[in-house]
Amino acid sequence: MAKITLSNLAHSYVPQPKGPQDFALKEMDHVWEDGASYALLGSSGCGKTTLLNIISGLLRPSQGRVLFGDRDVTDAPTAERNIAQVFQFPVVYDTMTVRDNLAFPLRNRGMDADYIRQRVQAIAQMIGMEAVLDRKARGLTADAKQKISLGRGMVRQDVNAILFDEPLTVIDPHMKWELRTQLKSLHREFNHTMIYVTHDQTEALTFAEKVVVMYDGRVVQIGTAQELFETPAHTFVGYFIGSPGMNLLDARIEGNVAHIEGSVVPLGAGYGPVSGRTQIGIRPEFVRLSASEGLPVKLRRVEDVGRHKIVRAEFFGREINIIADEGAEIGADMTRVTFRPERISVYADDWRVAPAGQLGEAA
Amino acid sequence: MDKPVNNKAWFLVLPVLVLVAFSAVIPLMTVVNYSVQDTFGNNVFFWAGLEWFEQALSSSRLHDALLRQILFSVIILAIQVPLGIFVALNMPKRGFWASLCLVLMALPLLIPWNVVGTIWQIFGRVDIGLLGYTLDKLGINYNYTANAIDAWVTVIVMDVWHWTSLVALLCYAGLQSIPDAYYQAAKIDQASRWKVFRYIELPKMQGVLLIAILLRFMDSFMIYTEPFVVTGGGPGNATTFLSIDLVKMAIGQFDLGPAAAFSIMYFLVIMLISWVFYTVMTNLDKREEMQ
Repeated sequence: MAKITLSNLAHSYVPQPKGPQDFALKEMDHVWEDGASYALLGSSGCGKTTLLNIISGLLRPSQGRVLFGDRDVTDAPTAERNIAQVFQFPVVYDTMTVRDNLAFPLRNRGMDADYIRQRVQAIAQMIGMEAVLDRKARGLTADAKQKISLGRGMVRQDVNAILFDEPLTVIDPHMKWELRTQLKSLHREFNHTMIYVTHDQTEALTFAEKVVVMYDGRVVQIGTAQELFETPAHTFVGYFIGSPGMNLLDARIEGNVAHIEGSVVPLGAGYGPVSGRTQIGIRPEFVRLSASEGLPVKLRRVEDVGRHKIVRAEFFGREINIIADEGAEIGADMTRVTFRPERISVYADDWRVAPAGQLGEAA
Repeated sequence: MDKPVNNKAWFLVLPVLVLVAFSAVIPLMTVVNYSVQDTFGNNVFFWAGLEWFEQALSSSRLHDALLRQILFSVIILAIQVPLGIFVALNMPKRGFWASLCLVLMALPLLIPWNVVGTIWQIFGRVDIGLLGYTLDKLGINYNYTANAIDAWVTVIVMDVWHWTSLVALLCYAGLQSIPDAYYQAAKIDQASRWKVFRYIELPKMQGVLLIAILLRFMDSFMIYTEPFVVTGGGPGNATTFLSIDLVKMAIGQFDLGPAAAFSIMYFLVIMLISWVFYTVMTNLDKREEMQ
């Protein structure tokens, strides 16, 4: 096991990239700490799978280096990296039994037969397939096949890292929950470095200690669930995390107030001069409806999602979402909103601006 | 719920029935008709019963032709199937070279069979053929018109040249349907090249391979034109396969009755072997799934 360092890494699928738009993965430096569990979160096509395949050696980066510990493995084949990877869609060896499927990676490494038997048994128990160990993999459901894929990913104990590429896409919701819990307990037990690619924020936030959010070939923020929620470093994080995502409103920032559509909104801190396209971001959780004070909105509809209500409203032609308590009365006259000042973030050209007097966070 | 019964729908099948009757059933029945009669010309026929069938079954000439035929089919299957798989595995997966390979591979399949025969007939000639001339100059005593082994080698190499492409193209299609993730997973699992073939590529090719073997078996078992053009069945009877023998009998000797009896049995043998082969292969498949 080792920490994995990506140094000055970038990748383009075009042989002669002409500009940043040709890069699937923009230049990045990143260290995956040994034994940590990460979720790699982002919308489809943002470079998550590319990054994963570079780490596992299925893809050679067009630029930069990959280090396992101190060893440069940029040109090392997958086999030498000793990595396990589980893919989005089930990959099983059809003609083999479930048992042989699970034993396959161990046999290929010439492990001892007793050890293999014991590992296969343990993994079969974990994925709940002990009863079908001697069946051919071919006739099984997609669900079961993906569990075999997962099992094959976890059967080796000495791997440097286990990479998951949206592994639960084809699994039904109930089983998803259970498998995720299994993965977490496996992580606690063996302390493998785990990188889990997903576009499902719930999955990311419940699985990992650290969530790495990617957008347009870049890592835009790395943090715990709480950090991503409270201080999104990029408007994409604000919008992507949360349900619904952060409200973003164009504003002019002046010291500790923001001017929005002619109204003045107090901010929780003072800001120096901000240039570029400036916006304020406020999560729906921290917007309050009121009849008397704040900015005018037009209510569109109210969705009761059980734990709370989501109010969809319109603010000068733009959508704004408000989360109200389940018991809250929403009257027709409540056409104004106020923001909790200390929860407002300021963005310039989509990146978060740190308040004056505080150190800016590294993006 | 009662479904309305409308037997008028049967009329819709009529065109097919008529077509099949004229293209297959009626010609086949004329053969059946010949097979149970004898004639001394002038279009006068006598009832012969099963005599021709009995004669064919005990004829050593037919036995020899059958043995040659089986040997031929076994040899070309044993060469073309592995070779076709090997070629398919080594063809480029995409891009310009893949297209070029496909076109080149398809070429032999587009050449009319008698032309293929003529090409090899000339190719193998010692006086003007490139192959024959070269072998002769190398000091190898090669003459397909006089030496039975040379004739066999020539006919087999010709068939391999003509038909391996078919197996290769079918396998290639099967291989193309394997998602990249399978190869990636195999790399992660550190599977050797052989294991990738054995556990990923071969199972995915199984379906097309079954078709390829079936087609190659049927075609090779009925081969006529190419060896007829190259060797004319000789030297002696060395390359006289079943259909060559059949044509000799029916048109050369004008033994219509025996030839008809022979064709019916020939037809039944091919159908039987193909059916057995297909049933066994598909049942193997099913049994695996049931387990």
